[in-house]
Amino acid sequence: MLKIENLHARVEDKEILKGINLEIKPGEVHAIMGPNGAGKSTLSSVIAGHEDFEVTDGSVFLDGENIDELDPEERAHKGIFLSFQYPVEIPGVSVTNFIKAAINANRKAKGLEDMPANEMLKLIKEKSSMLEIDRKFLSRSLNEGFSGGEKKRNEIFQMAMLEPKVAILDETDSGLDIDALRIVANGVNKLKSKDNAVLVITHYQRLLDYIVPDFVHVLYNGKIVKSGTKELALELEEKGYDWIKQEAAQ
Amino acid sequence: MELKEKLLASFAVFENNLDLEDPILDLRNDSIKVFENKGFPTKKDEAWKYTSLAKIQNTDYSLFPKEEDCVNYQEVKKYFLHEIETYKLVFIDGVYSSFLSETTHMGIDVCLMSAAFKKPQYKHLIDKYFNKAASKEDSLSALNTSFSKEGAFIYIPKNTVADKPIEIINFSSGVEAALMIQPRNMIIADQGAEMQIIERHQSLTKNETLTNVVSELFAEQNAKIDLYKIQNDSLSASLIDNTYIDQKRDSVVSVHTFSFGGKLTRNNLNFYQNGENINSILKGVTIIGDKQHVDHHTLVHHREPNCESHQDYKGIYDQSSTGVFNGKIIVDKLAQKTNAFQQNNNILMEDKATINSKPQLEIFADDVKCSHGCTIGQLDEDALFYLQSRGIPKKEGRALLMYAFANNVLESVALPVVKKRINKIIAKKLGVELGFSI
Repeated sequence: MLKIENLHARVEDKEILKGINLEIKPGEVHAIMGPNGAGKSTLSSVIAGHEDFEVTDGSVFLDGENIDELDPEERAHKGIFLSFQYPVEIPGVSVTNFIKAAINANRKAKGLEDMPANEMLKLIKEKSSMLEIDRKFLSRSLNEGFSGGEKKRNEIFQMAMLEPKVAILDETDSGLDIDALRIVANGVNKLKSKDNAVLVITHYQRLLDYIVPDFVHVLYNGKIVKSGTKELALELEEKGYDWIKQEAAQ
Repeated sequence: MELKEKLLASFAVFENNLDLEDPILDLRNDSIKVFENKGFPTKKDEAWKYTSLAKIQNTDYSLFPKEEDCVNYQEVKKYFLHEIETYKLVFIDGVYSSFLSETTHMGIDVCLMSAAFKKPQYKHLIDKYFNKAASKEDSLSALNTSFSKEGAFIYIPKNTVADKPIEIINFSSGVEAALMIQPRNMIIADQGAEMQIIERHQSLTKNETLTNVVSELFAEQNAKIDLYKIQNDSLSASLIDNTYIDQKRDSVVSVHTFSFGGKLTRNNLNFYQNGENINSILKGVTIIGDKQHVDHHTLVHHREPNCESHQDYKGIYDQSSTGVFNGKIIVDKLAQKTNAFQQNNNILMEDKATINSKPQLEIFADDVKCSHGCTIGQLDEDALFYLQSRGIPKKEGRALLMYAFANNVLESVALPVVKKRINKIIAKKLGVELGFSI
């Protein structure tokens, strides 16, 4: 479903990704772990098409199609979704109006009419209750003054509404207390199916107790240096990242 | 002949044609002298440092257009709030168009300055109010006073609410190669009266138009006036808008200025608080591009205790456009417990766009809350990426962010049909169809 081949990327003069290879098949959950500065967030930004990062080599494929030249919105239309580590605050646009705009922009790209208002309302109700989001929250300005947990819940709410093929969750667990973590993870698990895939990017193993990965990859210094099953995550939790760094140095 | 000389020469002719009964003859003569002495302001005047009138004086304007009604309704319908019932005062090239207007004397007066000058029943109002709020020293206001002839005259009597919003629209038709008009509006809300006004200056031609308008608004005790100025004119139209607002105790006046351009626009918006417990609201959205120039000069003069003023101006400047915001707040020594707030936020879309923003606070009382804030920045690229990552294309994303930026100001628009109209103009301005509304 998502295939990354020999991906190199830099921001300004600094090379951050130094040849990443990764394949995610439908129905799979992959986790990328790694110490700070390994390039985790860069990888998610590059997949989503952020212009600040220059891809110097390699490619990203979605369902076999090379998406290197696509704008972020075109990638979104094709089914890529990025849950941001730091969702941007946009005062003056409510959560509801934002999601309406997003849904209809995606429909327009597919040649569909705007979603009828009652259908939209029904969908918003259904998805927001799944994530235990109350109504007042939906009329607030997007992310403005939201707590860490509210921001992340809002990201997953958008994911639920947009139903992407590949969801990238960038440090979704940061800033969450245990209750919020459970709600967010349950949301993601409910959205999982045999037809979509999830890429969880995280520093800590904690989230992976709730969103259980099929594969775990360790990103260090711009490369995937180790891959394994969920047991690898536990090992990292126990031993930290130093042994990985040492192994990589050898 | 220079424009100033031409105006002075024309005044002699204008005066000769006036009624012998003209109620403001002496005032006209005093005023033309002020203009003669001061002339057009130049960049050497502190208040005109960033706005030059030099270029617009180079045109040979016709000053007294022929009295003809030469616009058909279908052509101009889109400039009216045709979705709702309104009173309409429509002027074409400065001349009243009875065909396009809808006036009333039923309980309220929505009629013409020319009638107010002539008819004896309005003499007491002319005596009491005319030129009482406008500056006697300001050269361009004085120029307007000396030539005052036509415009809107609105009187809402005590404890009466105007049953419909009132539209004041000045069209210029292009019959003249170049035209200068000087409408004069007088708007009075007597004690406890309320009204909503929409004011628009619209050129229908590529020919040059220069409008030097003076509006005086009087809000008596406990009166309420909402004024919406829609400035979305052609690139050959320049506007100098001089608005003076005299407020008495417990009154609330709001002025929303939507500046989407023209060639040169100068808004002189002056509030004078003459009583306690007054609220003055000044809001503005400016979205311009090309080589357009919009200058907002505001003044709020707090003269009495326990009053408030709220100012919020947002500006988005694209291409080589230039903007000015100069917000002056004076708090007299007597005006204790004043709350005066001022906010001016600007986004520059391109390197060549310019904004000069200057708060000017003169506070002589010691127990007041006054604040001002000014920001100049660019559109938030991170926010744009966030929107794109949700499938919203860049162009629409930019539009959405600009909307969001201007939203505070639109939120306080009490007339939904005006809000809708402004939304539409903004969408058109940004070249997008909006699948959202805020």
